[in-house]
Amino acid sequence: MNNPQLDIDGNLRHLLSIEGLPKRILNQILDTAESFVGVAEREVKKVPLLRGKTVCNLFFENSTRTRTTFEIAAKRLSADVISLNVNTSSQSKGETILDTVDNLIAMHADMFVVRHSQSGAAHFIAKHVPDHIHVVNAGDGRHSHPTQGLLDVFTIRKFKPDLHNLRVAIIGDVLHSRVARSEIHALTTLGVPEVRVIAPKTLLPAHVEKLGVHVFHDMKAGLKDVDVVMMLRLQNERMNGALLPSAQEYFKTYGLTQEKLDLAKPDAIVLHPGPMNRGVEIDSSVADGNQSVILPQVTYGIAVRMAVMAILSGGQSHFCHSSGVQV
Amino acid sequence: MKIHIKNGRVIDPKNNIDNQLDVFIAAGKILSLGQAPEGFVANNTIDASGLIVCPGLVDLSARLREPGDEYKATLISELQAAVAGGVTSLACPPDTDPVLDEPGLVEMLKHRAKQLNLARVYPLGALTRQLQGKVLSEMNELQEAGCVGFSQANIAITDTQVLWRAMEYAATFGFTLFLHAEEPFLAKDGVAHDGEVASRLGLKGIPSAAEALALASILRIAKETGARVHISRLSTAEGVAMIREAKQQGLHVSCDVSANQLHLTEHDIAYFDTNCHLKPPVRSQRDKDALRAGLKDGTIDAICSDHTPVDDDAKLAPFAEAEIGATGLELLLTLTLKWAAQEKINLLQAIGLISQASAQILGIPAGHLSPNSDADICIFDANEYWKITPNALKSQGKNSPFNGLEMSGKVKATLIHGQVVYQS
Repeated sequence: MNNPQLDIDGNLRHLLSIEGLPKRILNQILDTAESFVGVAEREVKKVPLLRGKTVCNLFFENSTRTRTTFEIAAKRLSADVISLNVNTSSQSKGETILDTVDNLIAMHADMFVVRHSQSGAAHFIAKHVPDHIHVVNAGDGRHSHPTQGLLDVFTIRKFKPDLHNLRVAIIGDVLHSRVARSEIHALTTLGVPEVRVIAPKTLLPAHVEKLGVHVFHDMKAGLKDVDVVMMLRLQNERMNGALLPSAQEYFKTYGLTQEKLDLAKPDAIVLHPGPMNRGVEIDSSVADGNQSVILPQVTYGIAVRMAVMAILSGGQSHFCHSSGVQV
Repeated sequence: MKIHIKNGRVIDPKNNIDNQLDVFIAAGKILSLGQAPEGFVANNTIDASGLIVCPGLVDLSARLREPGDEYKATLISELQAAVAGGVTSLACPPDTDPVLDEPGLVEMLKHRAKQLNLARVYPLGALTRQLQGKVLSEMNELQEAGCVGFSQANIAITDTQVLWRAMEYAATFGFTLFLHAEEPFLAKDGVAHDGEVASRLGLKGIPSAAEALALASILRIAKETGARVHISRLSTAEGVAMIREAKQQGLHVSCDVSANQLHLTEHDIAYFDTNCHLKPPVRSQRDKDALRAGLKDGTIDAICSDHTPVDDDAKLAPFAEAEIGATGLELLLTLTLKWAAQEKINLLQAIGLISQASAQILGIPAGHLSPNSDADICIFDANEYWKITPNALKSQGKNSPFNGLEMSGKVKATLIHGQVVYQS
């Protein structure tokens, strides 16, 4: 079976998941993003790579941060951007996903940035669009959120350039997390030697160890000597029920406090994909502390998303050439 | 009408025949195998040189979608598919709309099927009214209307007291219960085997334990009540082991496996292939191996097609939202032959699993070529290859996990009651 993300020459055609992408492509995206970090610091925060192209943000599920950063990224590339919250319009009138997509293609959209509550939704759309249309997965169910995974490793690389000597812990609701799945694949593909997940058994998927991670249930043991701490968001609806007894107990056992963070290496960094539940998965003093790189993640997110869109539309080599950046 | 089928290799599992023999048919019945009866003059001679002549296949589970879901499939389209697949008798589950819990509905279905003069339809009546698992259906009335057993389709009875009473009541009259073993709370919202693939793809899993738990209740209650139970579509290694043990203890239990489960594993879901969204879910390689071994050693009694035609649009959705099911009637033979070839099972045994064994479970007079029995016959070329494509299928349901595969075993002719109802 063909890899739906790559074209016949092995170039990126869609970005649907980190899994299935070779290290070469991940590095291409990260290196290209590096060249875009500077764009935001210019007086004119724009490059003309996507001029004349229409990027369509197709959000079947609510999001503020991801949608906004994709929108900013596309605009900085000079694309025309349309953002649709589909759950509040057509879908409630019974229109199918493909009908919505086909209508937008008829309006000459060039790229879709898709978020949907069902795993596989981005693959599904990618399978049915014509060859010249590109699809970027902005989160599908529990499956994948590749640009988040990429911006996380981009951030890690900024602060800890030697990925081959890192110990990384991912903490929280791995079971329901597309972010965790993307982070795990990104880290293992890029050669991080030890990736740990720390969570109660109720929040880990079956056979999680087959993703190439070490499993810990005890936060103290799991955090020992790690270089990077990646927190996951705990959804409100999962705090009280059969998965967890209460937010309080969760904070006590798996919430990141300075005391627990002190078990990690002294220069360990803390990431969180946002939005944070302060006092549930992370203590405010840690979130705002000097080991936190949570806001740089957001900033780098724009550069990473610019890189993805530029590569998909085939323009990144031109930009990098003219600006003298090596890719 | 007298028919002479000549030069074919006759395989009749029930009578342990695997030999080149001629078949002589008159007035819809089989007159003899081998020597022509005295004075026999055929109106129609079918040359079966190089072909296999076997009993018409009997399918334990084929959804026809009537009444109620005619946009997915119709009686005529699916019964044409049946005979194109060599299937001459089939049992259909009661999860139609309305549910088959009224004798009138069953009579209507039987009547309409009979008028089409294609495959014979044996409905399974709803075990409880509306399949709600609360009130028993009128089993005697339903049986008189033509039901050969009672089923809950894919809907479990959650109340064990009701399950117990249903089995007691059915046992009183000697009815067979066709049950799908899946504990509904553990399986809730699940769409795939709870294994590494579901974990990777972020799909909600159905653990193997859901089958084991349901099976434990069913087998235990069957033991208490003496009910005759058939487990439909077993899917796990543990399930096979439990049935094996129950049989050793002398329990009156039988079971089948879907042809899909013999060939697919969770890995076939690949990049969210909605054609692999099935019930039960396609499970691990280990489960598949155990199902194959169970079939080989007789723990599993029969293979069903689990024919569940779905309209194309219903599969055009993200995996979890895509409707469950795959077309199967026209693939039952070829998938069974493929399994047999891979496992080095002889044709006599393999064909028995989709004819004699299933007929015996349903308690219907079919699945063999004994003299004086109805001449329901399948003639096929075991060595002819054909490609599974939407166009090659008569069924209105074109969705199959096997689409695009080249398969051997092509039905050349199907006879029901001595009439040729399909010829290719």
